[in-house]
Amino acid sequence: MAKEPKNYSRRDFLKTSGVAAGALIGGGIIGGLIGANANNTAAPGEAPATSEGGSAGGVRGLMFFKNDAEFQILAQATERIFPEDDLGPGAIGLGVPYFIDRQLAGAYGENSKEYMQGPFLEGETTQGYQSRLKRNEMFRQGLQIMQQEAQSRFKANFVDLEGGQMDEILTAFQEDEIQMSGVNALFFFRLLRMATLEGAYADPIYGGNQNMEGWKMKGFPGHQAAYINDIESEDFVEIEPHSLGMQN
Amino acid sequence: MVTTLDKVDVVTVGVGWTGGIIAAECAKEGLKVVGLERGRERGTEDFSIVHDEYRYAVRYELMQDLSKETVTFRNNRNQRALPMRQMGSFLLGEGLGGSGTHWNGQNWRFLPYDFQIKTMTEQKYGNKLSADYLLQDWGITYDELEPYFDRFEKTAGISGEDKNPFWGKRSSDYPTPPMKKTAILKKFETATSNLGYSPFMMPSANLSEPYENPDGQKINACQYCGFCERFGCEYGAKTSPEITVVPAARATGNYEIKFNANVVEIMKEGDKVTGVRYIDTVTFEEFIQPAEVVVLTSYILNNAKLLMVSQIGEQYDPNTGRGTLGKNYAYQILPGATGFFDEQMNTFMGAGALGMTVDDFNGDNFDHADLEFIHGASLSITQTGSRPILFNPLPPDTPSWGAEFKKASIENFTRTLNVGGQGASMPHKENYLSLDGTYKDIYGVPLLQLTYNFTDQDRALHSYLSEKAAGIMQEMGAKTVAGGNPISDYDIVPYQTTHNTGGTIMGADPANSVVNNYLQHWDMENLFVVGAGNFAHNGGYNPTGTVGALAYRCAEGIINYSKNGGSLV
Repeated sequence: MAKEPKNYSRRDFLKTSGVAAGALIGGGIIGGLIGANANNTAAPGEAPATSEGGSAGGVRGLMFFKNDAEFQILAQATERIFPEDDLGPGAIGLGVPYFIDRQLAGAYGENSKEYMQGPFLEGETTQGYQSRLKRNEMFRQGLQIMQQEAQSRFKANFVDLEGGQMDEILTAFQEDEIQMSGVNALFFFRLLRMATLEGAYADPIYGGNQNMEGWKMKGFPGHQAAYINDIESEDFVEIEPHSLGMQN
Repeated sequence: MVTTLDKVDVVTVGVGWTGGIIAAECAKEGLKVVGLERGRERGTEDFSIVHDEYRYAVRYELMQDLSKETVTFRNNRNQRALPMRQMGSFLLGEGLGGSGTHWNGQNWRFLPYDFQIKTMTEQKYGNKLSADYLLQDWGITYDELEPYFDRFEKTAGISGEDKNPFWGKRSSDYPTPPMKKTAILKKFETATSNLGYSPFMMPSANLSEPYENPDGQKINACQYCGFCERFGCEYGAKTSPEITVVPAARATGNYEIKFNANVVEIMKEGDKVTGVRYIDTVTFEEFIQPAEVVVLTSYILNNAKLLMVSQIGEQYDPNTGRGTLGKNYAYQILPGATGFFDEQMNTFMGAGALGMTVDDFNGDNFDHADLEFIHGASLSITQTGSRPILFNPLPPDTPSWGAEFKKASIENFTRTLNVGGQGASMPHKENYLSLDGTYKDIYGVPLLQLTYNFTDQDRALHSYLSEKAAGIMQEMGAKTVAGGNPISDYDIVPYQTTHNTGGTIMGADPANSVVNNYLQHWDMENLFVVGAGNFAHNGGYNPTGTVGALAYRCAEGIINYSKNGGSLV
């Protein structure tokens, strides 16, 4: 059951993200496209077939991010957290950056169901979230700081770094070594990690988990009406996954 | 502008299991009952697209909207309490059915030992725990409560088998047979039998077969779809208030539910309550609902808060030990062990209460003479249906992100099992509920404040029981076994369990309890407070079965009170 390895390179991602190349120049990404990342991305290969049959008929765009450079940093960071490998696509191939963008534009990003009344005071870690920042503000700040770290550590754009260099910056967030404003770096890192997993494995109706590839890798059948006929099976049962959004 | 409504016989604050049971029983007796529910109407028809982990399990579709109200928390009195801004350690419910809509359905009776824990512990071990642990009997025995357990199980149609040598005597068998025994459950059964323990099928509210309860309500058979906890059941196969006691109450013609009705105060005059004041959460209009009897049937935290803001009863003070309201808040200790296997298993199939359990290390079922704790935990394997966002099992020393993480979490998704304990939690003088002095809900009412930390008793129990769980996992043939990490300070961030207890505890003496054994308030005879808040400590099982029994007991008390008045004890 060897799977055809699919190459979801950074370049393919840019190509399929619907962003005109001209718009990238100001974002400082174009240098990366023709520079350092040429040797650490996989061969250009075919564009992910999945993008054609996405939940919106292949059309998708940004709902929260306005600056594409920030969105590309998000894309690369999520790909480091959940990379493409021989099992299947990584965060980019699964559409995770678009999933997160959508979530940041809605109730999740706006903290609609969170208690956001002041006073906002620093607490113990056991007391959890005490920031006055909304999640979408944390993301924007975090991504901007990733770019600053890339510049100060490697004198390069985050998206142009080698994978190991990106990991170094992400690890610095995880180990809370980076100064953020109104939130700590570890809190943001956990948010980013969790959002990446959510995008990889949520039902494709939310714009991630393209073609249910996340579920296929993990052996999770998604929405199934019932397992009553298989529940007593002594053997592992392989089941073709279903989305809630499928036309049956 | 406050509108005063027509007086009714009984008003309940909240419509979950307790509010539903009291409504059904009282309405059948001809009492006019109004249920005030701050959430919305909902039912089986709302759950047709419920197999959505992200919406329901991660973004908490069915849970309380914390932007309106939450609690504040600190580990101890020296800290400043701060609001729980996003849901974490426990999940507060909201809407018709309350948490009874999205429970797993594991349905237990607390042990005979639980109800007389102080007496029985002292008889056997003397003063094993220091006086800082506010151990006390519940003012009722298992035998006295048995008929009410039986009643709740028959209403709910619980599926199970009477094969546990350690639990209390049952007056009748389970209404429906146990659920299906899967390959995963059999592994546990064989291993625990080999170790000399006594495994049995977990009592389940996901029914093994269709059932009609004594009220004439029908519950369907579980389809093992793997979406129970945090979800509603699209089959009407998980016993819930909205498919049983609520329609039974409505069928009498004596019951009305008002939705979007958030109670902010219990009205009182002299030594009686007169009704409740509530705010319509849509229009923010205020209403007073006068009633002969007021019953607090919301979650334990809100029940305690309403008594505090209405200044009914004396607030517990940890400095002096005086006061009973807010005292004996307890939680649950979760020992366990994770096992990583070579073979793939159908971990994604299941049901919320599909499991097997051993009680060999629960209650006082084993000798504690040489141990530094009392009580224990039920140890279970459950096959509730693993889902991919929240279940990323990693063998020890695996990174939490990146290439290795991805491989390991995918590899182990269908190869990991867990033996988990529901560990008892003993009350401690420093663990309590009070009102917050700073933070308020959107109606301007102070938030409830939770002061809580794990104790030495908890840490000793956790460590001992985790070892036992690891022993079972070893015997089950796991290639790698990871025992539960030792617990240090309670952390409100990661989800643990929604088994909060205490604060409005029951007892035989007004000096150390809030309500009597009919859940009638000691100071206000026409006020009843029922739920897990009545537990004087938390036991080694899920609380709902015991809560259901207390609700039937309470309903009987209300009916008697409505006829005769006065104290019921």
